[in-house]
Amino acid sequence: MNHLPLIIKREYLAKVKNKTFLLMTFLSPLIMVGFISLVTYLTTLNNEIIRTISVLDESEFFKETLISTEYTKYHYLDGVDLQSAKSLSNQASSYGLLYIPNLPIDSVSEEIKFLSEDAPSLTFITNLESKIENRIKELKLEKSGVDLAKIKAANTNVNLGQESYEGVKTSKAGSFMKLAFGGFAGYLLFMFIIIYGNLIMRSVIEEKTSRIIEVIISSVKPIQLMLGKIFGTSLAGITQFAIWIVMIGVLMLSSSLIFGVDLSATPQQEIMTEAMNNPAVNSELQGYINDFRALPLWNLIIAFVLFFTGGYLLYSSLYAAIGAAVDNETDTQQFMIPIIMPLIFSFYIGFFTVLEDPHGSISTIFSHVPFTSPVVMLMRIPFGVPLWEQLLSLFILVVTFVFTVWIAAKIYRVGILMYGKKPSYKELIKWLKY
Amino acid sequence: MNDLLEVQGVSKKFADFQALSSVTINVPKHSIFGLLGPNGAGKTTLIRIINQITMPDSGKVILDGEPLQPHHVQYIGYLPEERGLYKSMKVGEQALYLAQLKGLSYKEAKKRLVYWFEKLGISHWWDKKIQELSKGMAQKIQFVVTVLHQPKLLIFDEPFSGFDPINANIIKDEILQLRAEGATVIFSTHRMESVEELCDHIALIHESKKILDGKLEDIKRQYKTNTFEVGLSTKHKTALKQTIAERFEIATADFKSLEDDLKLNIKLTPNDSSDDLLAFLSQNASVNHYKELIPNASEIFIQTVKNNGL
Repeated sequence: MNHLPLIIKREYLAKVKNKTFLLMTFLSPLIMVGFISLVTYLTTLNNEIIRTISVLDESEFFKETLISTEYTKYHYLDGVDLQSAKSLSNQASSYGLLYIPNLPIDSVSEEIKFLSEDAPSLTFITNLESKIENRIKELKLEKSGVDLAKIKAANTNVNLGQESYEGVKTSKAGSFMKLAFGGFAGYLLFMFIIIYGNLIMRSVIEEKTSRIIEVIISSVKPIQLMLGKIFGTSLAGITQFAIWIVMIGVLMLSSSLIFGVDLSATPQQEIMTEAMNNPAVNSELQGYINDFRALPLWNLIIAFVLFFTGGYLLYSSLYAAIGAAVDNETDTQQFMIPIIMPLIFSFYIGFFTVLEDPHGSISTIFSHVPFTSPVVMLMRIPFGVPLWEQLLSLFILVVTFVFTVWIAAKIYRVGILMYGKKPSYKELIKWLKY
Repeated sequence: MNDLLEVQGVSKKFADFQALSSVTINVPKHSIFGLLGPNGAGKTTLIRIINQITMPDSGKVILDGEPLQPHHVQYIGYLPEERGLYKSMKVGEQALYLAQLKGLSYKEAKKRLVYWFEKLGISHWWDKKIQELSKGMAQKIQFVVTVLHQPKLLIFDEPFSGFDPINANIIKDEILQLRAEGATVIFSTHRMESVEELCDHIALIHESKKILDGKLEDIKRQYKTNTFEVGLSTKHKTALKQTIAERFEIATADFKSLEDDLKLNIKLTPNDSSDDLLAFLSQNASVNHYKELIPNASEIFIQTVKNNGL
């Protein structure tokens, strides 16, 4: 008799109706969005202040370089000494005082100072430094008699157009993006496993703690019970995750509408936009967009769904096996690390070997080993993996999953009968035959 | 085919512990069969083999003429010794779930549950969670779940532990009723006296072996020693005792009564009948108490163990 749908239904309802589960489902997005909004709000408070920078430019080199913008105002002080400039700047509660002493162009750079009451923002300082650097460079070039216009005209930005023999365009930036895709998929898998793997494990232990195990096991086959628990709990997990995503989306949207928290209008953003307008960065960005278009998107989406599901099921069957082997939850702690290790390991393989050589032997092997394949294969696919390799890897993954569930079911059944005795191998084989 | 269940030469070993060695029992249809023996004798292992929870190393089990198969679980109702229910599930949902696992349809399960809940007066528990119920209440629900799918074979492992006397009696009556409706019942317990009055067949299990089985009446007849327990009123206690001892083998008896001056266990000689003894006693004293001593299951068990030199 096939009781699987019945068991899945019970496990699903048992999880979904659980008060803690319900509470977490609806409270987590609230807490999360609450925190994000709070942090963003506080950042905005901090950022909305227009930064006024007093400038005491005794050298007069920088008059045209530092131009006020919407959030950053440069206020030039004239005819005062450093001491009074400090107190003036302090009185005006400026963000800080930029001091450029009257020195020749070759030695001025070492004496330029930024004075402020509190430590200034790092992005601001970096931005200011680059402005000053550029200006000094220009002045030095002018001094040595070079025509600036010619230099600007001679500036070239090279970005090698990479292309495979088949005519598929790639780029170095694209490689990172491809890895990022696999990395993101792996991260999602990792989170899912950590959150819901435990739930499955506890659900397997449940029959033992409530002592219903013998009644259940005299009605259904343990493998059905195991599969039912894994699928039921996973469905509950997916439900919760979907609710989270929808709720977080809606809450974020409404919170930004209500509180007017807008990330785009900050001085930080302004500095970023400035950098974007730089032609070199711009062409790289264009490259990203091109690379994204060149990705085998359908293959990626389908592979993501399949490998994510396969990887998740495999790891949850490991959790189920642990649940089957122990009598209570406190005994499970020691098993957690061996489970998580291969997953972390697959990230390292992904980032160190796939980037270097996506079709090398190490990458290829680990994209077929079931415990690492979900992450490594997803990182490799954007670089182009033949379909048969993907299918083989997926096949190995699914077979391993079924095998692990089967083992878990055996452990589960043997577990109740052994009275703490270690079963002999001969017996285990006998059990496996049943 | 008079036996519903035949266990033929079943052995089971856990690592280096022999749980069952070549046990053979036959459970006749419509009987109440007592599987008796001390803790650790192997009763539960045998029951688990019948329920296909564990597999025998050797030997076979035949249910209603067929070797045991996975689908047979729906013909068996099993109340294990280690029993519990899902704590956070509602009583009704849980009973429905377990009944469906035993092969009943949702509709049928619901109908029968309503009937049983009304019969036992527990309908108002339907929406309660198990954790809100007492142990005895939970046991009642477990009992209902065990019998709900109308199994041919009912197996109760230590059935009355956890029940108060009133509920134990209710459950006893229900079991007798089920037997009358055609079920065969196996009781397994180490408290032999608790089920003895219910059983018509017994098997004694001791240290993995079956040491005795058969109809309870036959066994009792076989083990009785023709000894009578008597309570007498007399003014001449010592003299009377002397007189009886001259003709019969006697021993001091120990039972509670109000009037008796002399309490004795008297064993008949092969030449005497019960009537002869009663006539003899009446001549010498007034007889208040006269009862044949029939050995109970635990006495038979101890006797058998001793006799077999085990």
